[in-house]
Amino acid sequence: MKIKKLKTDILIIGGGTAGCYAALTVSENSDAEVLICEKAHIKRSGCLAAGVNALNAYIVEGRVPQDYVDYAKKDADNIVREDLLLTMSERLNSVTERLEQLGLVILKDKDGKYVTRGNRNLKINGENIKPILAKAVKNLPNVKVLNRVNITDFEVENNRIKGAFGIGIENDTFYTIEANAVIIATGGAAGLYKPNNPGFSRHKMWYPPFNTGAGYAMGINAGAEMTTFEMRFIALRCKDTIAPTGTLAQGVGAKQINSFGDVYETKYGLTTSERVYGTVNENQEGRGPCYLRTEGITQEQDEALKKAYLNMAPSQTLKWIESGKNPSEQNVEIEGTEPYIVGGHTASGYWVDTKRATTVKGLFAAGDVAGGSPQKYVTGALAEGEIAAFSAIDFLKNNEIQAIDLTSTDKKIKEVENFLSDKNSRFTTEQLEEAMQTVMDSYAGGIKTNYRFNEKQLDIADRKILGLQKLSDNLYASDFQELMYIYELRERLTVCRSVIAHLKARKETRWHSFAENLDYPEKDNKNFLKYVNSRLENGEIKIIFRDLQEGGKPYEHIN
Amino acid sequence: MSISIDKSKCISCKRCQVVCPGSLIKSDDNNKAYIKYPKDCWGCTSCIKECPVYAIRFYLGADIGGMGSLVHTEKNGDILKWIIEHPDGEVSEIDINQKESNKY
Repeated sequence: MKIKKLKTDILIIGGGTAGCYAALTVSENSDAEVLICEKAHIKRSGCLAAGVNALNAYIVEGRVPQDYVDYAKKDADNIVREDLLLTMSERLNSVTERLEQLGLVILKDKDGKYVTRGNRNLKINGENIKPILAKAVKNLPNVKVLNRVNITDFEVENNRIKGAFGIGIENDTFYTIEANAVIIATGGAAGLYKPNNPGFSRHKMWYPPFNTGAGYAMGINAGAEMTTFEMRFIALRCKDTIAPTGTLAQGVGAKQINSFGDVYETKYGLTTSERVYGTVNENQEGRGPCYLRTEGITQEQDEALKKAYLNMAPSQTLKWIESGKNPSEQNVEIEGTEPYIVGGHTASGYWVDTKRATTVKGLFAAGDVAGGSPQKYVTGALAEGEIAAFSAIDFLKNNEIQAIDLTSTDKKIKEVENFLSDKNSRFTTEQLEEAMQTVMDSYAGGIKTNYRFNEKQLDIADRKILGLQKLSDNLYASDFQELMYIYELRERLTVCRSVIAHLKARKETRWHSFAENLDYPEKDNKNFLKYVNSRLENGEIKIIFRDLQEGGKPYEHIN
Repeated sequence: MSISIDKSKCISCKRCQVVCPGSLIKSDDNNKAYIKYPKDCWGCTSCIKECPVYAIRFYLGADIGGMGSLVHTEKNGDILKWIIEHPDGEVSEIDINQKESNKY
């Protein structure tokens, strides 16, 4: 194992949507040195690897940013931070124009105006959106990218971040990176729960299976305050391919129907969670399977849909072609996914102030790791990357870089060496991962229980996850890629424990399916119009209830 | 969902290995690319778009209804051509102009 020490002004962890845009912003607005650590390669890493079909967060003509805030607030039944949503919404259009300048194809009318899809969406060709972002970053003078370096831990002393530790999975290297400011942009967490297809196609999930909750886990372990992990995200997706459904619903106006052909969405409501809940219920009551009604669309629509899916989720187009039937000839079956934790769709993640500063001094968060601000989509992640970058630049002005103590580095190196030494481990990382997913599926509201749970089940889940955490201490990695897999498992286990604690703390059912507590099946506005936050103190997850921040006024960390 | 790599076509350029978001593709003893962790493929098709000699195909696993067709892309200027080879030898093609936006 080689050991390397690096130093930078701003360390960006994760070179995805938010991370790339943060780098771009820093470079254009300061002379600060930036280092991006990316566990894959920025050309196709993060959520945008296969492409994206539309920009889903844009303020169309005749609308204002507050409209977007209101929409997101309603969808999350009030558990959002309006200051975060507003500051994000105010930037949605400028980052969109920037994306177009960088090379993204956005549909325009003959007057040169963007063509909109509904109230918030733009039509694009987003197959190459990530290579476009990566190319923009590659050309920046003060930005260095370290691909295939997986950051595993922050170094924090007296609640001030000093940098991070990581492993180079292709060069067998241990990294100590000192940084004055750190922007965490690692994305959310997939793979906590047993996936829809746990066999050969276990990674055919909607959210990137390589987003393993690293940012959440590092924050939890460093004592950062985190928020709303109980608002899990369950996506309604095309069966088997787990491809997005918005293109069908909004593109060709396909309605959700049950096997009797009845449109059921009106019965349950139209929020994101209600759409999932309705589908679960129709199945449970014997009216499944459920579909998006595409039969009867035109041949032209068939061809356009096949192209649109190739630009985002090619497996769905392959599915249509292999079945020999176009969507006009067969409705598209839908199902809910396993629950993900993803702050770009729901509100889980770091508890940040309006400037996207976390509660750890010098640490900023953007994109799916940042909490309080759901419905970000691509442009919202860019906007947060921009805000976090400006805040980090400001931070540099009044703060000096701090050296990481050798004792901390040595301790971390010992941990790595322990995983790399063969000790006849009873279990493999893969076995423990399967065990974790089974526990979460059975006892913490997975697909198996139709996303429902009660407190007794959550207690069992917590006990079992704790047991798996202990077993993971003895795992063995024969190379650095396997070493990354051990860290990814441990990240997920850490996130699982926080999810369980949050699910238990919200003693109500505000969102069907996302957090459906059978002990408390009703919504309780008297006691739970509140954020459920948490912080790890002496190894215990401490729950903190905070009052809702309304009206969009700036929020600062005080206590 | 996974990919298969035709080693007889592979020219060891490693572009697929570089781009894979899961770091799942490695070199074998003859320096040819192979997918070391087939069950961990996300199906993003990044590697397929990178391969200069069209050696990589993706397919749907049988557990999600795959019937054995193989897909790859070929790029010609702004046109990204998607080629689907069916088990019976028939071939379907879809051309996408990357300068044109999606209709939906």
